[in-house]
Amino acid sequence: MTTIERITEYLEVDLDSERWRCVRCGHVHGPARESYKRGLLVHRRDPAEIHRPLVDAERYEYTFAPDAQWCQILEYYCPGCAVMVEVEYLPPGHPITHDIELDLEWLKRRVAERAAGTGTEATA
Amino acid sequence: MATNPTTPDSTEDEAAALEAEVQEFLHKTVLYRGPDREIMRNHKPAPRTALEERAIAAGTDDLTKTIIRNRLQTSANEAKDMLMHIASAPSAKWGDLISGIFTASGDLAVASSSGVLIFSVLAGPPIKYILKHWKDEETVGVRDGDIFMHNDARFGNVHNTDQSCLMPVFHEGELIAWVGTIIHEGENGATEPGGMPSAAESPYDEGLKISPMKIGENFRLREDLVTYFQNSVRDPKLQLEDMRSRLAGTMRLRQRLLEAVEEYGRDAVIAVTRGTLEFTGAEVRRRLAAIPDGKRRVVRFCDNTLREPILLKINCTIEIKGDEMIIDLRGSGPELMNRAINTVLASLKGMIAQVFLTFVWPDLPRNQAAFEPVTVLTDEGSAFDCSAEVPNAVSMMTFFPSFSAVEHCLQKFLYNDKHTGDEAKSTEIHASWWPMINGFLFGGYTQHGYFVGNVMTDINGMGGGARSDRDGEHALAPIFCSMSDLGENEMVEDELPVLCLANRRIMRDNQGFGRFRGGHGHQQVMTFKDSPLWGWMAIAIGSKFPLALGLFGGYGSPCQPLMKVKGVNLLEAMREDRSLTVDDPVALMNERPFADAEYSTAHTGMQFEMAAPGEVYAMSQGGGGGYGDVLERDPEAVVRDLRRDLISAWTARSIYFVAVDAATGALDAAETERLRDEERRARLSRGVPFDEFEQAWTTDQPPAGLPYYGSWADRTVIHAGGPDVTMPADALQPVAML
Ligand SMILES: [Zn+2]
Repeated sequence: MTTIERITEYLEVDLDSERWRCVRCGHVHGPARESYKRGLLVHRRDPAEIHRPLVDAERYEYTFAPDAQWCQILEYYCPGCAVMVEVEYLPPGHPITHDIELDLEWLKRRVAERAAGTGTEATA
Repeated sequence: MATNPTTPDSTEDEAAALEAEVQEFLHKTVLYRGPDREIMRNHKPAPRTALEERAIAAGTDDLTKTIIRNRLQTSANEAKDMLMHIASAPSAKWGDLISGIFTASGDLAVASSSGVLIFSVLAGPPIKYILKHWKDEETVGVRDGDIFMHNDARFGNVHNTDQSCLMPVFHEGELIAWVGTIIHEGENGATEPGGMPSAAESPYDEGLKISPMKIGENFRLREDLVTYFQNSVRDPKLQLEDMRSRLAGTMRLRQRLLEAVEEYGRDAVIAVTRGTLEFTGAEVRRRLAAIPDGKRRVVRFCDNTLREPILLKINCTIEIKGDEMIIDLRGSGPELMNRAINTVLASLKGMIAQVFLTFVWPDLPRNQAAFEPVTVLTDEGSAFDCSAEVPNAVSMMTFFPSFSAVEHCLQKFLYNDKHTGDEAKSTEIHASWWPMINGFLFGGYTQHGYFVGNVMTDINGMGGGARSDRDGEHALAPIFCSMSDLGENEMVEDELPVLCLANRRIMRDNQGFGRFRGGHGHQQVMTFKDSPLWGWMAIAIGSKFPLALGLFGGYGSPCQPLMKVKGVNLLEAMREDRSLTVDDPVALMNERPFADAEYSTAHTGMQFEMAAPGEVYAMSQGGGGGYGDVLERDPEAVVRDLRRDLISAWTARSIYFVAVDAATGALDAAETERLRDEERRARLSRGVPFDEFEQAWTTDQPPAGLPYYGSWADRTVIHAGGPDVTMPADALQPVAML
């Protein structure tokens, strides 16, 4: 039996193999003690491709679009099903964020406690 | 003290007496009783007092305590509702205020259930200051009937446009509690009208800076002091009315508290105020313990000082460990010597507590202890923990995005709990709320002949973030006060020489895209008439770098510019040509229907600027962030948004990959599926494996030419304007902006 913990809309962790997996397609992204991003595909975008200028960019400096010199959009896709797992807005070249760092021992302890019926009860 | 063994005893006694005299002299002769570091850096409730121990030991039964707690809550709400009706400040009328009951030690135990809950952890410090510095000072003292007031954030407050009224409550000669009310007043005599001066270059440009002080005795305000405060601001009418309003609200709360004491006994009431604090802290700890341990990180960027564009980093790591939370903001940008966006640490904590009290656990009792299990780590001298010598009047520019950072990280913690039993009892998982006050401040003469300076309550219409199971709501509520209102245009136009040409209009494409989309903000197109002198101001960031974050593959929401049409009186032009209209500022800027007018856009940091009648100033509130992958959005929902003009045809096609039949406007389901499959294949072909991408992407330094403030990879090295200027994080110096 495998023990799966849902972590986000598109990410889950198999506590037995200690691997990140895609919720949609089951693709294994890699070691759960590292960033899930390591197993994904990344695409860098000019932010104006998504947040396009709404007032005339030829005429105006500020247009509702982000400034591409200041901000880039990084999109992370599942290599299995191409679902967009995460979007990150960063200044060009800024180190990528290790956004989710799990404590696998804590999760495993809870699984064991719940199996033994000793978990904490929710109170009103 | 070193003693000489040969010195006779009598001399030793004399030396000790002299030492005692010197100590007494030093204690009494204080050069300046400024902001108290010990009080200001500690947000935890004080230990139980002897009075509280005795009261709790008296053993009031739980049912009685519940009745008392509900009664005190109702009383706090009553005082707040009363103030909304009688106070004059525009913000007070629409909910930007709070009232509450404090313990005798100054901890906020029961706050009005709506209102600005930022105050939950920073309304107490001024009382603690009064207790520490003025209670035993023979020229001040704390007695029944005393009235205290304060507004300076360096002593505990959001910013000095907020003014308080605080009163001790005595019972049979013993101090048993404090009661108080706080209102966002607006005008405060700063270098610009309206109370939130972005032109301030030092604390001394920020207007009234009231350290906690006694302003009345025997339940009456001292008229000489009232006159002094009126004399210090541009709107003496407002100052008088609201000093009296706050006193009335505070005295009502005092009356209700004493009625409860009369009915249930002093011990029972004190057991409830103290007990509520302790219960709340314990419940937050229980909930934190239910959330899996671990760390979450995000980096955010404030993109403006309100004077010039900069990139000021918020470096946020949140750790949950057992029943405690550590919010680590070290590595964030340094304080700016002559820009007012710095925040005092206590104000930052207040804003973060707001995440807890309204956006994650709105069921918690409204009090200070909700934040008790949290530790906040900062670099002292950063813009997020600024010194007393730098201005802080528009600290919202740094603490609002900090709110978003914490809000965002908490969602990434809470998702697992939501799916495995919901033991932490949080609200729905959601993407960022729009975290900025995109609305106008104003100053000038009204059509009634009064000089006023204040803020339009349009700032309250921030777009809601998308939820995990539905779209975000439009122009819903500000992040600092979830129950406040936008106000009524007719009332605004009745009081001010202002015309809202196209207000409360939801703007197309102004959303965070996602499987569920963020709510939109509303547009504001302002002009004025019938005034000899009128001007506008704007204090918002987010014109270059998006502010609201998406969640789990959702996009953030767009940037927001300021738009102006000057050099023409639109009202006259429209009177002459009835075909001219202004119902959409974006169309106004693109179509330029008024000949000879000057059309321009700018970032949303605008110092007070005089306008001519009929000139137009416009902006939009921002939208909330999106949730989940855009390709998973229900195509029918996209078509519905298109039909409602919430999105353009371009967005339906290029963002959501939805095909619509041009003739009928109906969904083309087969073509949509084809477009989406094609886009999925395109993602797989353009996506680069992470390691390869990271190697090509990451640089050692911020790009040259970018005005970058804060750490890059190493949180102990703080950049101060670019790649080459750095400071160690433990020895930050204020940065002077040229
Ligand atoms: Zn997948």
